[in-house]
Amino acid sequence: MTKQGFSRRDFMRRSSGILAAGTAMAALPNMVAAMGDVTVGFIYVGPRQDYGWNQSHWDAAKKVAAIDGVTVVEQENVPETAEVEKVIQSMIELDGAKVIFGTSFGYWDSLKKMAVEYPDVLFTHIGAIWKEGDPTNVIGYRGYTEEAHYLCGIAAGRMSKTGKVGFIGSKPLYFIYNNCNGFVLGAQSVNSDLTCNVVITGDWNNPVKEAEATNSLIDQGCDVIIANVDSPKVSIETAEARGVYTCGYHSDLGALAPNGFLTGAEWNWASGAEFVEAFVNGQPYPNLKRGGFREDMVELSPFGQAVPQEVRDEVMAARQGFIDDTLMLYKGPLKDNQGNMILADGEVKANTDTPFKLSIDWFVEGTTG
Amino acid sequence: MTSTGFLSSAEAVTINVTAFLITLALFGVYVAALGHNPWDVYYVLYLGSFARQISVESTLTNAAPLMLTALCTAIPARAGLLVIGGEGALVVGGVATVLAGVMLVDAPFLLGVAAMGAAGALAGGLWIAFAGVLRQYRGVNETISSLLLNYIAIAVMYHLITGPMRDWDRVLKTSSWSIPDTLRVAELPFIDVHWGLAAGVVTCLLLYILMRHTTLGFSVDVLGGNPRAAQMVGLPINRMVLLCCFLGGAAAGLAGSFEVMAVHGFASESLAVGFGYAGILVAFLSRQNPAAIIVLAILLGGITASGGLLQRRFDLPDATTQVLQGLLFMVVLASNAAYGRLSVFQPARWRTV
Repeated sequence: MTKQGFSRRDFMRRSSGILAAGTAMAALPNMVAAMGDVTVGFIYVGPRQDYGWNQSHWDAAKKVAAIDGVTVVEQENVPETAEVEKVIQSMIELDGAKVIFGTSFGYWDSLKKMAVEYPDVLFTHIGAIWKEGDPTNVIGYRGYTEEAHYLCGIAAGRMSKTGKVGFIGSKPLYFIYNNCNGFVLGAQSVNSDLTCNVVITGDWNNPVKEAEATNSLIDQGCDVIIANVDSPKVSIETAEARGVYTCGYHSDLGALAPNGFLTGAEWNWASGAEFVEAFVNGQPYPNLKRGGFREDMVELSPFGQAVPQEVRDEVMAARQGFIDDTLMLYKGPLKDNQGNMILADGEVKANTDTPFKLSIDWFVEGTTG
Repeated sequence: MTSTGFLSSAEAVTINVTAFLITLALFGVYVAALGHNPWDVYYVLYLGSFARQISVESTLTNAAPLMLTALCTAIPARAGLLVIGGEGALVVGGVATVLAGVMLVDAPFLLGVAAMGAAGALAGGLWIAFAGVLRQYRGVNETISSLLLNYIAIAVMYHLITGPMRDWDRVLKTSSWSIPDTLRVAELPFIDVHWGLAAGVVTCLLLYILMRHTTLGFSVDVLGGNPRAAQMVGLPINRMVLLCCFLGGAAAGLAGSFEVMAVHGFASESLAVGFGYAGILVAFLSRQNPAAIIVLAILLGGITASGGLLQRRFDLPDATTQVLQGLLFMVVLASNAAYGRLSVFQPARWRTV
């Protein structure tokens, strides 16, 4: 540090005007030299190593960091409040970030606001609710995890002895409805009398409620539990301790339930790396990217040791059905659990029919909750 | 200024600065143990808090509520009470602000904002005054009662925002109704920080004048210094205690008010994020002096603001700034022992007569 540096700092400390701070911006030596060619910022709503949602994005961050000339900066535990705007500004202005990955649904409004303020920075969001009129430097991308849930449902339907399964959801949003419907439809495709009990906790992450919900579902007779929360760890461990089957979500949770784990729905956020590459090379990128197994945006967890070979084969055949687009998830006749006819006999919705999926706020027949 | 006043101010500043330097040194040891160069860390602390426009804005945005919640501990402390109810008073103030805002949908801006701020301050003031009442008329220790009132306030808020006052349209976040858009408080003219900062500074200065330059303030000092003497002299102790509690609570309630009016627009769990507890730290650091609170709130705001940058540059866990704050608190508490022990600050040393 040079003496010059100190005297400028002292000057700044004494001056009360913020303008002084502004003019000193250019003059300060950048001691901790930042960044390579492109800096990418990842913002997590919780801890990176949560065996769940945030960890799935951490995996993607590692893939992005592996790209040549890209440096990744990460910040954890950023709540879905106005604070995320300050974090984004800090990443852009202090770290020189050119791409911001906002990995929580509730960051959407802040991301849009910042996208307008920083038009040459790329923002990505995992909610995929981008629509015409939103800023163009924003990408929404999300995999159709309902397809992976369908496959989990097949496994659950085959393995369940009581014919009752349990689904724990975080918030009543479209993807929770879709995932639950996928799970139940998959299970009902092998056991048409199967029913599902649903509990919505209201929080992305609330270990106490999740444990309570798991216990209560098991007490109601459900013997396969799947939890759509940020960190299914608590639910899976609780279910394993009570000796029922479990399915995972977000990342591979097989290690948590050696006896009861069937399989799980995982993300493949590697598209994130594609966007960064395209952006870095000045190529065009889509504003919305959604896909299932066909577009390689979702994955299935490795099977647990409880799953017999014929069930595994059945699940993998269904997976191939999604890849070949021969297996349709939403097809008629389809009723919701209030008795309304959603799809008539013969009516089929394409697996890529995003507007339909976004509009879903109902559970299929056989689901209570 | 009498030489005694100067000496005691010099003593406070010297001890505080020394405590801060010791804290930095200890923090440097901690980060060195984690494998980082302490000087780089210090620079990043500075970079994230004061070195750029947005750093300064983050710092001041963090400092604004701290100035007000610190008063919740500092003002009653001058009367000899230890109140730690800033968190509860802030939450209660926020909820009251929402209620006022929702009832004043068509009010003109200044009237609406003044009414909402007054509602928040009143609610917070009454909340802590209740702790004062329990102390004066029932002998309940005010530290315990104000702490427990925090939990009650947060529980009541949760009940209201998940039920009677809930905005069901906001699916992504459990929150109360929103205050009208016309009554949202904006940023200060030259800097992207909301008006709560100005309110905090003004409140601190006003209370400084009240506590240090009026007879009421002097009476409170007497009470705080020696309750028996205050009794014997005939000071209205109950009234003074309640007034101090009310003023402190009103300040914290005003902080909650601005959180709703300027930052969020509604009440939610984001009100109870620890501003009240951080305010206790600021109050202790400033030795219960409202004017010093302004400075120390900015300092602590800066530490919090640089937390994100520390995380990103050094891959440190996000609790690192809490380590720093905790160290600061411990060192400052320990340094309290030094007051009165250093002869260079004793007036007797300098007397020539």
